[in-house]
This record gives sequence, C-alpha cells and structure tokens, in this order.
Amino acid sequence: MARIGVFICHCGENISATVDCEKVAKVASEFPGVTVSVDYKYMCSDPGQNMVKEAILEHNLTGVVVSACSPRMHEPTFRNACAEAGLNPFLCEMANIREHCSWVHEKSDATTDKAIDIVRTLVEKVKRNEALAPIYVPITKTAVVIGGGVAGIQASLDIADAGHKVVLVEREPSIGGHMSQLSETFPTLDCSQCILTPRMVDVARHPNITLYTYAEIESVDGSIGNFNVKIRLKSKSLDEKLCTGCGACIQKCPVKKIPSEFEQGLGKRTAIYVPFPQAVPNKPVIDRVNCTYYIKGKCKVCEIVCPTKAIRFDQEDSFVEVQAGALLLATGFDVLKTNFFPEYGYGKYEDVIDGLAFERLASASGPTKGEIRRPSDGEIPKKIVFIACAGSRDPAKGIEYCSKICCMYTAKHAMLYKHKVHEGTPYIFYMDIRATGKMYEEFVRRAIEEDEVKYIRGRVSQVYEKNGKLIVRGVDTLLMGQAVEIEADMVVLATAGIASPGSEELAQKLHVSYDKHKFFSEAHPKLKPVETNTAGIFLAGACQSTKDIPETVAAASAAASKVAGLFSNDLLKRDPLIAVVKKCAPPLYSSCTGCFMCIPVCPYQAIDKEEIKDRSGNIIKTISHINPGLCQGCGTCVAFCKSKSIDILGYNHDQVCAEVEALLNEW
Amino acid sequence: METNNTNSFEPKVVAFVCNWCTYAGADLTGTSRIKYATNVKIIRFPCTGRIDFMLLMKAFANGADGIIISGCHPNDCHYTSGNFHARRRWMIFRNLLDFIGMDVNRIVFSWVSAAEGAKWAEVVNESVDQFRQLGPATAYQKLIKNSEFQEVE
Repeated sequence: MARIGVFICHCGENISATVDCEKVAKVASEFPGVTVSVDYKYMCSDPGQNMVKEAILEHNLTGVVVSACSPRMHEPTFRNACAEAGLNPFLCEMANIREHCSWVHEKSDATTDKAIDIVRTLVEKVKRNEALAPIYVPITKTAVVIGGGVAGIQASLDIADAGHKVVLVEREPSIGGHMSQLSETFPTLDCSQCILTPRMVDVARHPNITLYTYAEIESVDGSIGNFNVKIRLKSKSLDEKLCTGCGACIQKCPVKKIPSEFEQGLGKRTAIYVPFPQAVPNKPVIDRVNCTYYIKGKCKVCEIVCPTKAIRFDQEDSFVEVQAGALLLATGFDVLKTNFFPEYGYGKYEDVIDGLAFERLASASGPTKGEIRRPSDGEIPKKIVFIACAGSRDPAKGIEYCSKICCMYTAKHAMLYKHKVHEGTPYIFYMDIRATGKMYEEFVRRAIEEDEVKYIRGRVSQVYEKNGKLIVRGVDTLLMGQAVEIEADMVVLATAGIASPGSEELAQKLHVSYDKHKFFSEAHPKLKPVETNTAGIFLAGACQSTKDIPETVAAASAAASKVAGLFSNDLLKRDPLIAVVKKCAPPLYSSCTGCFMCIPVCPYQAIDKEEIKDRSGNIIKTISHINPGLCQGCGTCVAFCKSKSIDILGYNHDQVCAEVEALLNEW
Repeated sequence: METNNTNSFEPKVVAFVCNWCTYAGADLTGTSRIKYATNVKIIRFPCTGRIDFMLLMKAFANGADGIIISGCHPNDCHYTSGNFHARRRWMIFRNLLDFIGMDVNRIVFSWVSAAEGAKWAEVVNESVDQFRQLGPATAYQKLIKNSEFQEVE
C-alpha cells in the first residue's frame, strides 16, 4: 500500500499569490494513497526540507511529491533530502505548480484546480516509481576546448594548471581571437596584444595542452565523462614538424594583394601567410582559394625557397579522435557586417568602417602603424562620427538586444582618436550610454570632460557623400529633436555583436540549445551561467552573449573550474533513467519477439542482441539487450517496440498511462 | 473539421512535451511571467521520440478535447534524432486517425525550444482557441460505441 507525502510550497508569494496552497494541500490529503499533505512557505529552505525528512521517518513514506517549482530547479535538492531520510531519491517527484501554473495564470479557481490536477498526476506517477540505484561511469580526464580566443585560452590554461589534459581546437591558423585584433582595451587603455600574447605563448608550451589550429569539430558522440570528439585538421599544406617559421615563403609569395581578414580588409596579405606577426603557432598556412599553384597549377615559389622543405602541396585534411570527459565552448562572437546599413553607406563608402576596423587603424601593429588614416586616401580625418547602436537594440534590424560592449569601445575609440589627432573632433551619436562595469562610468566621463568628445543623444538617419565629405544627418533629442548635420571625414559604426558564424551547426553537433540569435543558451540564466543543458558541456565568453574582456575571462575561469570539479572524481554518478528490456520467467523469458526494430532507431548504438541459452548451451531465443553504459534514456526504442517489451525507467508505460488518466479523470 | 460555436466551452488539453526543449521553454514562459490559458496541463517525457501515440488515444478515451505534442526543433534534439522519429511516426499516425474518423485538428504538433518562452504561450493559446472552436471531443466515444455489438430486437 502506497504511503505518499505531498508537500505544497508557497514559494514566498510566488505560488500562493495565485494558487490557494492550503486548498491544494487539503484536497491532496484525500487522494488515495496520500498519507500526509502539508503546505509551507519555503519548502526548499532548511525547515522545509526537514519537514520532508521528518514526514518520511514518521509516516514511513513510500513516495514524496514536492509541489513547488520546476524539477529543473530543485529536483536534486529534494531527492537529496529524501536520500538523507533513507528514502530512495527516485521515489521523489516534483509537481511544477510555479513555472507551469502560478506564474502563467491569474489568481482564480481554475488556477488552483490546475495545481490540484498537477499534484494528482504526480501522486499517481510516484506511486509507480521504482527505487533505482545510480549508474557510475569512469571519467576521461581530458577537456576539449573549442575556440582559441581569450576565453578558450584562459579556460585551457586554468584546466591545464589544475593538472588535467586539454585539447584546444581553433578554426583560424592562430589562436588569439578578436582580442588580438584590438588596439587598446577599456577602461585602462592597456595594449591588448601586450597582455594577450604572453598567454598565447603559455598555451603553446604548456605540457598539458595540445593545440590544434586550423581545425574544426567534425562530430561529437558520447556523453559526459566519455565524449568521443572527431577533429578535422584542415590541410595547412605544410609539414609543421619541419617548418621553423622563418617566413622566407611569405616574403617570396607572389600573390600579395589578398585583403587580410585579421586587418579587417584594411591591410593585405600573401597567399601563404600567418594572420599576424605574434601568431601562435607562428607557422604559415596556404590559402588554397588564392594560391597561384592551386589556381593555375604552377608557381611553387614557397616550396623552392623553403630551407627545410616543409611545403606539402598534396597534403589533405586529416582527422584526429580525442576521448574527452568534458567540452568547453568558447567560440566567441563576430560583428555585424555586410551592407546591412544601406542608410549609413556601409559597404558603399570606403570611409564608413566598423569598430573592429577602427581597432586595426588605431593599433600600432596595424596597417597604418597606429596612425588614424582614412582607408580611401590615407588622409588624417579632421572629424570622425561614431554611431553607437548600429544594429543593436533595433528590432527593425532583427536585433533587439544590447550588444553591451559598444558604448565602452566607442568612448575608447573617440578617446584614442583624440590622443592621436589632437586637432580632430570626435562626435558620438548614442541612444543611451551604458557604462556599468568597474571604472567604466569614470572612463566615459573622462572621454567627455578631458578629451572633449562631443556626445549627441540621437539617431542618425542617413550618411551620404558630398564633395569628398561624408554628410551625417541625425537628430539631437536633447535639443528638442533638432536636426543635426555633420560634415565628417570618416564614420565608424559600432555594429552589433552577433554569434560567430557556424554556431548553429556546432550547437547541433553537440546537442546544446541556442537562442534565436544563435547564441548558446546557458542551463540557467542565474544559477548555471556557464553550464549548458547538455551535461558535460560548458560555455565561456561571448558565444553565450556579447561580453567584454573581464566578463569573458571570468566566465572562462568559471567554466574551467566546473570542468576541474567534474574531473576531481574518478567515477561519475549518472541518473539511471535508461531503457531496459523486460524479462520474465521461462519458457517465455521475455515478451521481446526479436524484431529488432529498436536497433536502427537508437541514436547511441546502445542496443545489441542477446542470446538466451538453456543449460546445455542451445540458443532458445534471441532478444534485444540495452547497454546501460551507452543508453541515454531518450526512449525512442520504447515507442517503437511493437510488443511493449522495452520500458524506460522513470517514464515507464504504467507511469505515463497513470499520469494521463489522473490528469483527465477528475478534470 | 467539426465545428461548434459554444464559446463558453473550455476544452481539456493535455500537452506531451520533451524535457529538454519544450518543458524548459514552458519553464521560461513562467519565468517571464507570460500568461496563457489554464486549459493546458503538461506531462513530461524525456523526448518526443518516447511518446507512444497510443497515449493520445488513451487521452481521448479519458476525455481530452485536444492534445499538444511539442519537442525540439529539427536538428536540435538532445538525443540527436528522437524528434525526427516522433515526426515520422506522427505523419503515419495522423493518416490513421483521419481514416478512423478522428479529427486530426484536435492534435497540434509543434516545436518549441528552451529559449522560446513566448512561443509556448502562443502555441497554447492558439491551440486552445482551435479546440474551443471544435467543441467537446466525442468522436472517440462514438467510435467505441459503434464498434460495440448491438442487439437486434
């Protein structure tokens, strides 16, 4: 006979404001099988959990239903509490009357009735729960970090310093990411490369880090503790072991006018190239799209000049497979490009550039050696207009969110310009100034007060060219909406930060969720900011939402500490909610008829055939067998099984049927 | 489509949702305090691939007026392909329902991701409107009744 305890939480007023919790508790106490039913202000608090524990001991409960928030929130809390009182944790269920009831409905009888129905459903389910033991699987103590920007670098170093192996995979020929492109960083104006490049070198020579550059994730199988990651090493057309990075090939390469991606198109590079002088590894790759040999079949100048004979024109992409216990996503962001801003002439006028291009102009290692010069004619601009929120906070452009970093970098750009061109005048059109970090507001004040940056609160409607000048037409909303027209020499757009290209494909390979802007979703916006919904996969940095450098580094270290925490155990505890083939007494042994429909539908190749033999070894029957180490518990085989011989623990046939009946019968 | 214009009718709707996308999406609806009709009650499954469509018949037999099935978007399945299996099975099951005289408009098949809290509220409200238009579901009960042996006097 079932003895179920029902515990209704008020969640302060989060539930009790719209649901009559006392009534729910009273009605639930009359459900068949319910021994005790109580309500309390905060069930998850210590006294609340103690109520559960004491009730288990006092009434010798066989099941517990905590009717409170989502199981995604507090299921582990209450399952642990039950375990502490000696009740198998899998005999505890959560009835979600907060996210699925009190928060989404107004106060009414219907809302209370719905809460009662939800509780009844879970009571019927928990009556049919079985006591289960967790599964333990060994952990491979290697982490794969995807993306070698500042987030990936920080996370790799932290994990490696904790004594674990790291495989760092970077898509580009060098690690460094966007941070290596920046000139100076706000709010300290320290040189970006000066603080980043030593860390890049640390990554390259750390004994625990294996670095794969010019590489991409091909596929990922397995699950937390035991991922199998296949990495595609794109052909560099180079034997890296022989190459010394002398650079002779780069000097002699005849194709010299390819717009450099690193310089945002403002500088040129050769077909065999390293993206920037401080690249790690500092060994070139051949860009096959632009290389004369791959286009016309002859040239091979680099091969001739190479002193170590390291060039390999016939090299093909190769693959490595890595066993890893955890994955860390640090794929970063990109800035909105294309001619998305026809009204601002972006893509049409050479002197309308984006923020990253301005970083390259201001950088001492950039195409102009740090002098601010117009891309069109190399003149020093006398007036620059910076337009903040180019795309961000603009639902008409499909980007509702604030890109967060632009207010600060625009202030920095205006400041850097003023420092380099004293007679110049920087203007900034802005919507709001969002300077919320440490020393950020002070930085903006400094731009306004010391460097006399002209901030104009208003939007720009149009940028067009007239007599060699860029006419910026906008409005000053602090002057009662008066029209403003500025004859500028250059316009810099703080274009929105967007998800890195390829994010969606990567998310699909890894089965992590992502939002409509293709940024990866965290497991919980507040309490699990660096975890994903997929166990064992963590997030760091701007792949989650645009972040500045301090936030990115903090997130990377946080994610790294989660990985190190996971690796501090030798065995990983997993929920045993997996599929099983039901067995029974001879002569039937199992109702499984051996149709094996389940085998092709299993996404994890977890099902194989099992032979049932008699004492003399003759095969009586061949049935399906599910490998508990591989099964992830999706239940697709359950729905496919024609003879209903497979069931899934935690969501078995009896449980879900009882739920359907309980939900509808009293409604 | 059966039509019934009793506006006061409140349909009973069961939602079969997957744990990873739609259940989390419905949680987000709650966290965002977006309101929707109370008519829908959710049953959680690990994956839409787990949903045995006989459960839909069970729900109709127990008096449901409408059903929502919702999981991850194509390619976003936590288990790689469960949602594709569900979709394929649904396409066949739908034809079967149609053949036996059940109104397929009583079942809404949708995809709501963990980030689409607002979409879940929309799916619920639109489905409830649709089921309200259809009126009480009696087709299943009629089906059972007609298949029973009737004595001739």
